[in-house]
Amino acid sequence: MSVTVRLPTLLRPHAGGEAAVTVAGSTIGEVLNELVQRYPGVTAQVLNDDGTLHKFVNVYVNDDDVRYLSLLETPVKDGDEVSILPAVAGG
Amino acid sequence: MAAFASVLDLIGDTPMVDVSSVSPSPRARILVKLEGRNPGGSVKDRVALSMVEAAEKDGLLTPGKSGQVLLEPSSGNTGIGLALVCRVKGYKLKVVLPTNVSIERRQLLELWGAEIIESPGSEGSNGAVRIARELAAANPEWVFLYQYANEANPKAHYEGTGPEVWRDCPEVTHFVAGLGTTGTLIGVGRFLKEKNPDVQVWAVEPPAGETVDGLRNLDDGYIPPIFETLGGAALLDRKTVVRPRESIEWTRRLADAGLFVGISTGAAMAGAAKCASELGEGEEAVIVVVSADDGWKYLSTGAWTEDIDVVAERAKSIIYF
Repeated sequence: MSVTVRLPTLLRPHAGGEAAVTVAGSTIGEVLNELVQRYPGVTAQVLNDDGTLHKFVNVYVNDDDVRYLSLLETPVKDGDEVSILPAVAGG
Repeated sequence: MAAFASVLDLIGDTPMVDVSSVSPSPRARILVKLEGRNPGGSVKDRVALSMVEAAEKDGLLTPGKSGQVLLEPSSGNTGIGLALVCRVKGYKLKVVLPTNVSIERRQLLELWGAEIIESPGSEGSNGAVRIARELAAANPEWVFLYQYANEANPKAHYEGTGPEVWRDCPEVTHFVAGLGTTGTLIGVGRFLKEKNPDVQVWAVEPPAGETVDGLRNLDDGYIPPIFETLGGAALLDRKTVVRPRESIEWTRRLADAGLFVGISTGAAMAGAAKCASELGEGEEAVIVVVSADDGWKYLSTGAWTEDIDVVAERAKSIIYF
């Protein structure tokens, strides 16, 4: 299973400048683990020490926030697009 | 219809209109609540009035006393609502406004006498919040209402918008609104779920984190304090990103149905359409969508008239929520 992970501007320097990378995994947790193994500099920006999602990061599968799906257990399928975005103010 | 004593009495009690003709499913009825009908032109008039009245009640503001200054970070609509309320009540307003908002938002602030303090567009609303907090700390005599942390914000929706939705459409199954400060979703969401726990609350947001490139690291991120203190995460059932192109496509589709509404309404409609298209076999839905404002403030963006690729690209660099 491989998905495209879109990275926000501020994470790109930690991922060789790439805006999007292809990563394997069948859940969001697996995808993020593979991502941080490949690009260790991304780790502290996305995951807490205990492996949970950083408070100020939102992860989306095909534009749906995984916090309102099954968080790191959210399944992904071939061709899905995963986006990582910083939480910012609106309004 | 009655004659009203004050323009502020025109705030709230907005109409809803059925737009099921553009629903992607015959089993999903979609209604749009037209907040652009408020006198300052957006849903934020409710929040502005609610916050100012709460500050008067708490003694932070004294009606009729001269020289009182209010400060607020806003990408536009809250600032405009406050500018209207302050002009009518005689308060002075300073609004910290990102540089990348539409020209009409600036003009409306100016016409009601607000002083604009610019914040870097590259920092989005985060930058406006940062600068406003610094100014508030340096000028403790200014009244800092701070919509992101002010419970009078969701209260306006719990006491106003929510009961209106329930009064006009008690058969509602889904409520869809833009995220923004989270005030609308928390206030209306809580009210509707108290009336019917089965009502689903969907949040729609623009991919703001993609375009805000002034962030140095994720610790510069931001979650509105009201969202955390009032249990926002537990109230939401879904949160979905809608991109500029899809937002503009839906804004145009609504225009085809006769509705002239802002780009964030297009985004909210896209969320409603997603909801409608995901209905299970035989499932029916009545979806209420909040239209935060009308289209007037976005005419300069060319959203209705120019090539969609050009407009969608341009929308990536302006704040329309």
